Amino acid sequence: MINFMALLSGVVFGLGIILSGMVNPAIVLAFLDITGNWDSSLLWVMGGAVAVGFIAFALAKKRTNSYLGLSMQIPAVTKIDSRLLLGSLVFGVGWGIAGICPGPAVVLAGTGSTDALVFLIAMLLGMNIYQNQQGRG
Amino acid sequence: MYINLNSVPWHAVGGGLMIGSAVALLLLFNGRIAGISGIVGGLYRMQKGDIGWRVTFILGLILSVVIWKFFFVLPEIAIETNYTMLALAGFLVGYGTRLGSGCTSGHGVCGISRRSPRSIAATIVFMLAGFMTVYLIRHVFTF
Repeated sequence: MINFMALLSGVVFGLGIILSGMVNPAIVLAFLDITGNWDSSLLWVMGGAVAVGFIAFALAKKRTNSYLGLSMQIPAVTKIDSRLLLGSLVFGVGWGIAGICPGPAVVLAGTGSTDALVFLIAMLLGMNIYQNQQGRG
Repeated sequence: MYINLNSVPWHAVGGGLMIGSAVALLLLFNGRIAGISGIVGGLYRMQKGDIGWRVTFILGLILSVVIWKFFFVLPEIAIETNYTMLALAGFLVGYGTRLGSGCTSGHGVCGISRRSPRSIAATIVFMLAGFMTVYLIRHVFTF
């Protein structure tokens, strides 16, 4: 059941990425291009997602266990440190180059796009290098 | 503020509502944050009992394409970035999201939904970095 709910969540998430247009890097880049022909789509996607997410987290805060009896794993860290800021900066630069973030990267790879596969493999490599550094540290 | 309903991109709002619903499902049933970089990155830890749901979630993302194509035609997808830049971008996205503990979904959607100052800070930083990068690529270094 746990794996099934994760599968279902992934399917709904992916359909949302496709329906919203965020599967198309050109639309994401048009949002990031504030001095060009700006496309507001991404803001509407975030708005829609946060509207539902807000309710979900309000419900989750009242619980210690999920509906399936698992513990609620909501991040407890509150510190805004250099890792957070530097990591987000690096991510933002990569996002700005191609207009692809991790969710759409996986969905795009699912369309069989070679371009997306190149991006995805490099992304997995970047994650792997980070993980190896952690292992040593 | 007046919003002209005809100018609202409803498919974007609808897609956003679906993404929010996916977040709600994973949170309320599995107790997990639907942050894609965290779900994928967590696989590298190879922790027993913590792999299955990550793999099925990722399979779900891929399966969504198959389901969509069963009913509709995929929207236009335009990638104009060359392989070298795609590889660079992918690497930065992979490394950066792990170092910064989240991406557009984990910090952007989930973090803002739970009003986490940390995630709001992260979202502001990666958005500004994205704006800056696109500005430089499209309007400054236009060889």
